[in-house]
Amino acid sequence: MTELSLPSRFDGIAEKLNGPNTLGNSRAFWIAFAVGMFVMVAYPFARGSYAAGQTSLFLVYGLLALSLSLIWGYTGILSFGQVAFFGIAGYTYAIVSLNLGGVFGQTVALPIAIAVSTLSAFVLGYFMFYGGVQNVYVAILTLVVTLVLETFMAQTAGSEWAVGSVKLGGFNGIPGIRNFALGVEGASISLSGSGFYWFVLALLLGAYLGGRALVNSKYGYALVAIREDAERTAMFGYNVKRVKLAIFTFSGALAGLSGVLYSTWGNYMDPSVFTITFATIPIVWVTLGGRESLLGAIVGTIIIERLRLWFSVNASEFAIVFVGVILMTVVLVLPRGILPGIRQIYLFLNENGPRAAVDHGQTVIKARIREALQTVGIDASDPDTPSSSEVVRE
Amino acid sequence: MSTPQDPNVREQPAVAATGSNRETILSTKGLTKKFGGLTAVDNVDFSVDEGELRCLIGPNGAGKSTLLELITGQLTPTDGEIYFDGTDLGELEPHERMDAGISVKFQSPHIYESLTVEQNLHVPLQRTSRDIEPVMERTLDRIALTEKADEPASDLSHGEKQRLEIGMAITLDPKFMILDEPVAGMSIDETGDIADLIQSLHDDGMTFLVVEHDMEFVRKISERVTVLSQGSILEQGPIEEIENDEQVRRIYLGENA
Repeated sequence: MTELSLPSRFDGIAEKLNGPNTLGNSRAFWIAFAVGMFVMVAYPFARGSYAAGQTSLFLVYGLLALSLSLIWGYTGILSFGQVAFFGIAGYTYAIVSLNLGGVFGQTVALPIAIAVSTLSAFVLGYFMFYGGVQNVYVAILTLVVTLVLETFMAQTAGSEWAVGSVKLGGFNGIPGIRNFALGVEGASISLSGSGFYWFVLALLLGAYLGGRALVNSKYGYALVAIREDAERTAMFGYNVKRVKLAIFTFSGALAGLSGVLYSTWGNYMDPSVFTITFATIPIVWVTLGGRESLLGAIVGTIIIERLRLWFSVNASEFAIVFVGVILMTVVLVLPRGILPGIRQIYLFLNENGPRAAVDHGQTVIKARIREALQTVGIDASDPDTPSSSEVVRE
Repeated sequence: MSTPQDPNVREQPAVAATGSNRETILSTKGLTKKFGGLTAVDNVDFSVDEGELRCLIGPNGAGKSTLLELITGQLTPTDGEIYFDGTDLGELEPHERMDAGISVKFQSPHIYESLTVEQNLHVPLQRTSRDIEPVMERTLDRIALTEKADEPASDLSHGEKQRLEIGMAITLDPKFMILDEPVAGMSIDETGDIADLIQSLHDDGMTFLVVEHDMEFVRKISERVTVLSQGSILEQGPIEEIENDEQVRRIYLGENA
């Protein structure tokens, strides 16, 4: 009986994870995914605990990118506010864990921090979506909220700005946040280096698979339908405002989790997480990797952050310029992002063979460059971008 | 049940063929919509009986689309009420009105361009059907898009897009189906197919409110016609009568003839 039921249960799980709203559904994809996971899991053994600890930041950012992919790539809501919820959770975790102290304080701080970021996302989302804020105005409003938080946190240098025993510290932020830990005094685990890396990897894997199940569910269809045409979707009886609010809130929670991990990774929290640079970076990750692909968002994050690190070591202040050039190149060649682009190339190769693919690639790239030179404005006329098509519709 | 505004409007028995007394499914009372100084819909008392196939015609700017958008809830009236199936629609959001049994096909095709035909149908279907497959097959067959089920909707011709949207709208299995120019930009063959589709759904008991400019099409499908002009009901009655009406000919049909 167990022999029979086990595979069928796996089929059931696979059915939930696969679907038209994710790009990789084939056997080949899952094999490649398993190989990739194996490499990721083995990474600390090859490079050591310190390198793993450094790399775990990219995985933390991966969660943040995932949250943006859900609301922007799948639902068509371009938000600069993910870093706001990220920062709010990070600050909350710092304040609560340092006030309560000890590993118990940290354990309590985790759900509180995520709850606060979730609630913030809910409140902001409620006023936006039920207040009729749409399209590009959501992007503007979320950016403004983020920048207001930066301005506010930056002026908290004075000693009067303290919550309990924790000083907010203005530009210098809150130092001394301890490594991630869970449990009670005497029975606890504290994570750093490889341990933290594996823990974040597991969370990211869970969030990714959960995200896949979500976007391939009924709910995922509603998200994609809202992205494509919100008015049409409302006229099929969907409560568009509520769906938007729900996914925005959920993304806020995910960004919050990422923010907590970030604060324990660096052991400090400062207002730089609310700056326009940091608010823009998730957009870059997700654009590069592939907006409409959850895995793409994660891959894009890891590539960009790895390059930023490399460039900042080797080219210091020009790092962001190089990253910009790479982003432009990718957007020109593969406008939908790296993973969807790879998939398109793979499908084309399968159908037409390598020779035709090279010819086709050449003509497409030439056409794209010509197009880009014609339109001096940045991707304003690109019909592939939901955000810009929304603007046009507006 | 219709409330004639104009004394010239004659009360017509709903359908002589079935001879049943049909209930009013939709009615408006003193419905008015102003856009600044412009009154798009002016104190309209309008009603549609259950099971009816009503066409709404009128020159451009007569207020047809505004009237539809007031019914769907995309616009809120300046004044007046709308009753549907015994309930006041006034407080209901558009999606709640759809839940109440209204469905709409927009004037220009509103479909999900980047999804396949089947995925397009999946969106409304997953709300109404537990067992999606058979309904999907039946609908694809009805709108003659079975062979294009896996193609992206953006690759469809204009007529196919129109058909797809009608298909999506009918999968909600509405009591009251609003079609805003269902055959605009379609070939003669396609127009005939849509007429057949509407007819067969109507035979199954679906109520229709159709806005259309194509008089050939209106003649083919409709029982009763309401003529709107400058935001008010100008004339109401069977198609033959409307077409021979002096006033209607002058204001509307004359232009096209």
